[in-house]
Amino acid sequence: MTNSLQMDSPRTAVSNPPVQAMDSNLGERDLVRRSATSDLPPPERQLTAVAKLIDVSKCIGCKACQSACVEWNDTHPGVGENVGVYTNPHDLTEDMFTLMRFSEWINPETDNLEWLIRKDGCMHCADPGCLKACPAPGAIVQYSNGIVDFIHENCIGCGYCVKGCPFNIPRISKADHRAYKCTLCSDRVAVGQGPACAKACPTQAIVFGTKDDMKKHADERIADLKSRGYANAGLYDPQGVGGTHVMYVLHHNDKPHIYADLPDDPKISGVVQAWKGATKYVGLATMGFLAVGAALHGVFAKPNRVSHEDEEGAEEVLKDKLGGQSEERA
Amino acid sequence: MTNAWTDIKNTDLVVVMGGNAAEAHPCGFKWVTEAKHHRGAKLIVVDPRYTRTASVSDYYAPIRQGTDIAFLNGVMKYCIDNGKVQWEYMKAFTNAAYIVKDDFAYHDGLFTGYDPEKRDYDKSSWDYVLDEEGFVTSDPTLQHPRCVWNLLKEHLASYTPEMVERICGTPKDKFLKVAEMISECSTPTKTMTSMYALGWTQHSHGSQNIRAMAMLQLILGNIGVRGGGMNALRGHSNIQGLTDLGLMSHLLTGYLTMPSEKDVDFTTYMKSREFKPLVKGQTSYWQNYKKFMVSFQKSMWGDKAQAENDWGFNYLSKLDVPAYDVLRMFELMYQGKVNGYICQGFNPLLAFPNRAKNTEALSKLKFLVTMDPLETETSRFWENHGDFNDVDTAAIQTEVFQLPTTCFAEEEGSLTNSGRWLQWHWAGGTPPAEAKHDTYIVAQIFLRMRELYKTEGGAFPDPVLDLTWDYADPNEPTPEELAKEINGRALTDLMDPTDPTKLLVAAGKQVVNFSQLRDDGSTASGCWIYSGCFNEQGNNMARRDNHDPDDTGAYLNWTFAWPLNRRTLYNRASADLNGKPWDPTRKIIEWDGAKWSGYDVPDIAPTAKPGEVGPFIMNQEGTARLFSRGLMRDGPFPAHMEPFESPVANVFNPKMRGNPVSRIFQTDADQLGTSAEFPYAATSYRLTEHFHYWTKHNRVNSALQPEFFVEISVELAEEKGIDNGGWVRVWSKRGSIKAKAVVTRRIRPLICDGKPVHIVGIPLHWGFTGSAKKGFGPNSLAAFVGDANIDTPESKAFLVNIEPSTAPKDKELVS
Amino acid sequence: MNLDLSRRSFLKLAGAGVAATSVGAMGFGEAEAAEAAHVRPFKLATTTETRNTCPYCSVACGVILYSKGDLRKGEKADIIHIEGDADHPTNRGTLCPKGAALKDFVKSPTRLQYPMHRKPGSDKFERISWDQAFDRIARLMKDDRDANFTATNNAGLPVNRWSTTGMLAASATTNETAWATFKFAKSLGIVGFDNQARV
Repeated sequence: MTNSLQMDSPRTAVSNPPVQAMDSNLGERDLVRRSATSDLPPPERQLTAVAKLIDVSKCIGCKACQSACVEWNDTHPGVGENVGVYTNPHDLTEDMFTLMRFSEWINPETDNLEWLIRKDGCMHCADPGCLKACPAPGAIVQYSNGIVDFIHENCIGCGYCVKGCPFNIPRISKADHRAYKCTLCSDRVAVGQGPACAKACPTQAIVFGTKDDMKKHADERIADLKSRGYANAGLYDPQGVGGTHVMYVLHHNDKPHIYADLPDDPKISGVVQAWKGATKYVGLATMGFLAVGAALHGVFAKPNRVSHEDEEGAEEVLKDKLGGQSEERA
Repeated sequence: MTNAWTDIKNTDLVVVMGGNAAEAHPCGFKWVTEAKHHRGAKLIVVDPRYTRTASVSDYYAPIRQGTDIAFLNGVMKYCIDNGKVQWEYMKAFTNAAYIVKDDFAYHDGLFTGYDPEKRDYDKSSWDYVLDEEGFVTSDPTLQHPRCVWNLLKEHLASYTPEMVERICGTPKDKFLKVAEMISECSTPTKTMTSMYALGWTQHSHGSQNIRAMAMLQLILGNIGVRGGGMNALRGHSNIQGLTDLGLMSHLLTGYLTMPSEKDVDFTTYMKSREFKPLVKGQTSYWQNYKKFMVSFQKSMWGDKAQAENDWGFNYLSKLDVPAYDVLRMFELMYQGKVNGYICQGFNPLLAFPNRAKNTEALSKLKFLVTMDPLETETSRFWENHGDFNDVDTAAIQTEVFQLPTTCFAEEEGSLTNSGRWLQWHWAGGTPPAEAKHDTYIVAQIFLRMRELYKTEGGAFPDPVLDLTWDYADPNEPTPEELAKEINGRALTDLMDPTDPTKLLVAAGKQVVNFSQLRDDGSTASGCWIYSGCFNEQGNNMARRDNHDPDDTGAYLNWTFAWPLNRRTLYNRASADLNGKPWDPTRKIIEWDGAKWSGYDVPDIAPTAKPGEVGPFIMNQEGTARLFSRGLMRDGPFPAHMEPFESPVANVFNPKMRGNPVSRIFQTDADQLGTSAEFPYAATSYRLTEHFHYWTKHNRVNSALQPEFFVEISVELAEEKGIDNGGWVRVWSKRGSIKAKAVVTRRIRPLICDGKPVHIVGIPLHWGFTGSAKKGFGPNSLAAFVGDANIDTPESKAFLVNIEPSTAPKDKELVS
Repeated sequence: MNLDLSRRSFLKLAGAGVAATSVGAMGFGEAEAAEAAHVRPFKLATTTETRNTCPYCSVACGVILYSKGDLRKGEKADIIHIEGDADHPTNRGTLCPKGAALKDFVKSPTRLQYPMHRKPGSDKFERISWDQAFDRIARLMKDDRDANFTATNNAGLPVNRWSTTGMLAASATTNETAWATFKFAKSLGIVGFDNQARV
């Protein structure tokens, strides 16, 4: 059964995809945000907000989500090596939009081992730091259903989205120097399907639907977990980024960081947040400068990043326009 | 499986022991998470490692590999001692009340009749006391000291929580918690399911592991009910089908068995198989054996199988040993007594224990034929890959044929899943280059051999020349033709036995199911238990109606389940003595005063009155066996036995090594290691990212788990100076491998019989072909010895040593 | 269009016009802001669906093969995607990490293409035709059977055992293939006949 396209957004991932030619249900008219664009017209309609809910307590760490993601998106992660962990590849890459991160945690209250397995990937923030940081017009967009998507043709590969992301998600391709991350399978959602990972997930630890429904589902799961002794079970839908369209049910919601450093209270960097209108471009330059000033740490330390010439260019811009003020922003 | 995957949602307690369902069967495990989510079910995992299944469990208890019998006997004892027994079920549906012969006993880890020279038991005392009519004697009050129930209690007496801790290394409090949770399922309205796999079978006492749990389930009243059962999670997509169809040395189709040399003629063969009831008035279904056997012979040899020639009985091989199982065949090969070998979709170089021996064995073959969609290590066993396959290529004189076959996506037919569903699938892709269907390849070799026999004659050509091969295109029989042949048909008009004027099935028509098969040569059926799969209604295996009235999980109109489309075996036992469901919310079938009916096909004659016919109709008793008489080689009750290679001695009999009646060849006995030399207890297993040795050919799975590793505890790593992610060498008496070390808290040392036991975990997915990094497998190290009843190798428990090491070298680097 | 603008040119442009308040000054005027927002074209459009079953474990999940081309119309069918079948009662559309990557099993670079033959002592496989392979295998098998067949035991009982050639059958083949294989092996008297159920 395929979702009726009468509905503006799919309600589930558990359906078989259509094979007839269909028009995409997501496009320019559905944008609520567009990177480096100040005068975006309001969307023609408001789509129902969607969300992916990841119930960590149901997840068996099988990596079906990774597999389904690679197959659906036709990416080509390389064969790495074992470095003593189950997390493979060892980080998100431009070819691996989602990653099971494994943490062995001894619960101090019970002295029992808990093997915490968290599916990492784009959280599709309501207030997306990547989009706000992006200097390339239309390279990052947000649809009214909540999906934050990269329009690769518009991407300039500057890596600011990485810096702007409170979850450290986007990765820049070494091949085409463009940024990649989970699209929430926008191509599937656009024809009434849920994301490939949610469809594949064997235990349905990953479910997909409207954000309201997902919150209700989470309530049910949290009640079950509490009945099993997880007093701090709860929903991770961090308000520091305006809530997210990928949410977690955590057995220990009082300490998200035990799940492979999931931020306890993620926020968009103050630098990115302060950018408004014209200052954005100043801010961008600032960011470039700061990166240089930080001795090529962070995003700018990564390969295939800014050439020396570029850095000098950025620095010059900064000097010209701001003098030494920018350093105060650090 | 007695039940189906979809039935697991009906359970209250899932016990995963001897398996790792979340990891090896993730989509089946979905039904565990359903039961947890929607019924509030609990999940217990008992395993040497904290597995992915354990990561979502409600309770985890560690256990030393190979000691499951002690644990389960301990649980049985706990249940009995605490009155946690489904009394009514146990008394009526098991053989608990039957009286056992006086001379049967158990001492020092051995049952009566042990002969150390023969490594076998004289099992004559392991039986019931029969009355003059040949029926069992019993004491329904369970007072008689020699009744099965009291003998069982006596047998279990030593399995105290302290003893369980001593043998298994499971801390007493953890054992008791598990025992308590399990014991709660003794009420008629609470049920438990057992999900197990090769963690139980790959032991020299594997059959008894399973038997111990089956007995526990019977005591708790959990067999035949929704959400209960003994659920063997089979490995391959059609391993159930190939077993059902008898592609094994000791089997014919539908669990009919190969004759042995003792079966001098058909009458003798039948005598030991048509089991007469041991309880008056009971149904002993194997009394129909002859109908199935004759129909099978007719299916094989058609008109050449006639009453006059004992239905072609002499066309069958007669075994001189219990089976030419794979261990025996590789031993014979090793001795130079095998010349040719065909590996169809099988990679024995990585699958069988003691790889060095297997390599030597394969090197002695004159010819090897492999049929596979993928490269296999077996087909390239002669190729040097440095440390990964260090062979002297030029010295290997084996001629090898590597034949490319199609894969699932390019072929049509049915596969039988663990839940016995025969599901049809269709081809959707064009095979690559010259790849051919297996059926075509088999047909070509067969037809050419037959032609040679026609033209040249040769050794006993009759069974080959007379084999039924009347397919429209003999070069490639179609899946439909073969499926119809398996189902069976009438060879002459079949008249209704109760009304000889009424035509039941016209000659040439498909029989509706095995109830129409006859022993007079008027029917043919390739595999009786599959009969009904493709009858005059059409291909029932291709049915795709996924409605499930009242959400019982039965899905009666989805494909076809053997036997007779029955979804839960022994489902008569889901109802009480009056035919009412033990748990009305979990009804399967019910007696309405005249017949049985409900959500499933009743596993009893539809008009057999409750109280008259027992639910276990495949047994001569009509009841299930807590005491298995002489039907298993290693005892009528499960008794603790150590693995052949164990870090501790058997506490009941320190001189006893492994299973006292397992067959072990001399060269392999000489290659057993001791704990002095090899102090660590190794085990082998699958990882969820891979399927056997196939998915290392797949770029995606190779990326998800790229490189061979072994897992050890933080404690052992510290003791041996091993770094996480560093190289280690692991070796046993039979071989040596190199691997990356994964140092983890998921494995912790156990204290067994007072001393610490370290566990080394070795996954099995790597080799020297494919996309993943080259690596080794546990079979380089495991011992060449198997289960006493079925000779499944003891791949789950063996001894190794370990040390920090350096990377293995590939050929290029060596030369 | 500025699709091919590299970062470097962006920075240079930025350097020239950063004080401006409109993006146009950066060389990305709205009018030429490259691609409009769009999602990837839905790749299963106009593919052919075929119902199949996962060949790995015994859960036997339902899968759908999506191909360009339709075998049933006599066309060449190239499988471009495989996904769980949501209509299937057991897996409900889900798949494990192996099942979800089935396409890359079908398309594995180590899928065998042609019959190959390795001569005794050789260090390589060489192409051989199917006919050559079948004839040679049949010859080798018949010669071995004729030379080593045990027709009767010491007591003169016909025992019909051929123990010098063995066979392992594949527990991922269909029941129908298995039945054909069974007939082949058992009629020849191959007693060393097993499948993965043994191990």
